Amino acid sequence: MNKTINQKAWFFVVPVFVLVAFNAAIPLMTVVNYSFQETFGNNVFAWEGTRWFKQILLSERFHDALGRQIAFTFIILLIQIPLGIGIALTMPKKGWGVPVCLILMSMPLLIPWNVVGAMWNIFALPDIGFLGYSLNAIGFDFNFTQQPGDAWFTTILMDVWHWTSLVVLLSYAGLNSIQPAYYQAAEIDGASRWATFRYIELPKMKKVLTLAILLRFMDSFMIYTEPFVLTGGGPGNATAFLSIDLVKMALGQFDLGPAAAMSLIYFFIVLLVCWVFYSLMMKNEVKS
Amino acid sequence: MKKYKWLVPTLYIIFLMLPIYWLINMSFKTTTEIINTYSLWPREFTTENYVKIFTDSTWYMGYVNSITYTVFNTLISVAAALPAAYAFSRYKFLGDKHLFFWLLTNRMAPPAVFALPFFQFYSSVNLFDTHIAVALSHCLFNIPLAVWILEGFMSAVPKELDETAYVDGYSFNRFFFKIFIPTIAAGIGITMFFCFMFSWVELLLAKTLTATAAKPIAATMTRTASTSGYELGLLAAAGSLTIIPGAIVIYFVRNYIAKGFAMGRV
Repeated sequence: MNKTINQKAWFFVVPVFVLVAFNAAIPLMTVVNYSFQETFGNNVFAWEGTRWFKQILLSERFHDALGRQIAFTFIILLIQIPLGIGIALTMPKKGWGVPVCLILMSMPLLIPWNVVGAMWNIFALPDIGFLGYSLNAIGFDFNFTQQPGDAWFTTILMDVWHWTSLVVLLSYAGLNSIQPAYYQAAEIDGASRWATFRYIELPKMKKVLTLAILLRFMDSFMIYTEPFVLTGGGPGNATAFLSIDLVKMALGQFDLGPAAAMSLIYFFIVLLVCWVFYSLMMKNEVKS
Repeated sequence: MKKYKWLVPTLYIIFLMLPIYWLINMSFKTTTEIINTYSLWPREFTTENYVKIFTDSTWYMGYVNSITYTVFNTLISVAAALPAAYAFSRYKFLGDKHLFFWLLTNRMAPPAVFALPFFQFYSSVNLFDTHIAVALSHCLFNIPLAVWILEGFMSAVPKELDETAYVDGYSFNRFFFKIFIPTIAAGIGITMFFCFMFSWVELLLAKTLTATAAKPIAATMTRTASTSGYELGLLAAAGSLTIIPGAIVIYFVRNYIAKGFAMGRV
């Protein structure tokens, strides 16, 4: 669409600008403030320069949390994206199946995050939970509160349960926007199922898939409530991802300086990755 | 192979429903049954847990609080985002692209980063423990989202619609409220759905900004889990009830979900 140049359009944006600035800029400045200073309570501050940043960047604790976070995000993207596409491809395209699938698949998305954690906790308990009991019954020694491997397995399974539907809905919407003519052409050319997917469906889904990856990256990188309720970051620190570690430091130990420095580094990493994605997305949009 | 295609979504839905079934199953059991036996359905069926929730005000007020700030937030987000999305979809202005990306960065900010400053900020302006504080803090991620979705819907409406209306002598306000808003009603519905969803499921900020008067149901649940031993049945009942508002909202927007995802870029 060709847009008119109109500087007065700023007036339309003012309410949004004010609300978001009020919510984002002021708190963010507080964080920046803390990150360079030492606080002694009663509003007494001393300038610390970049000490907290150095401390965080060199600390093993941060490296471990970041490592766990990257591993977690990588694994869930690797599972959820292909699984989501696969389910979207096999979903009915018309008839009564469509609303049934859509409603049931959207359910996990609308359950409060701590309820998701609590639900999986109950579901995976080795003695009374369906998952834990069944796994033990068929011979696995499963106990997610004691063994780190099991805690990871449960956390990942929970996230797959919680968010795969988002990828499904996005892919399904992308698939629905393909005109039947494309499929007819493919059929006439005698294209295989794989070729149809590779050369027709996948390119058409590119935009929504970029979005799905972006959203899943952002949200999994910020994950807090679900693993906090499910495992509390344990056993030990096995599932203490970045947010869990950060909240522990800020509200638990009240180490405001290091916590603020960590917040900024954390935010910066998310921002950097999202900026790369956003630029890619916009480039695609201009092309098409 | 085509014959068995329905198997994949069916298995997936069964996988989705299992933990939900287990939660509901637990909610109808007595505490002794939960602790002592493993059973696929309640042996001694009881609605005691639900009765407790509906008669104890600390419990049911949690639901009222959660719904109150969620509705506030949805209304504020959509009302503020409508004109902004219109500006982004129709006009070029100084810094528009940067502003758009800046808005999106707020959707990307980990709430954990903001929890502490929010607590201090809202305490200092005497809004701590009010519904409006939670509603405003959720604007942080819901307004960017609302602008993003609405902009997608508005860009799908041809600009000729605006121009024709002006030629016919409509003022901007009359055009916007009488013609434009009804045209993108579906988009507004989808946007409200997403705002409702993200405000309803968020806990970290809601919990940090409230103590008693505006405490969300989710926080009441965490307290129960930690203080009064392990009242699993009660916890399960409360959890089951939190699924209902979402289910109702999904039912109303079911036809728009797939379309909204595609058009609104979310």
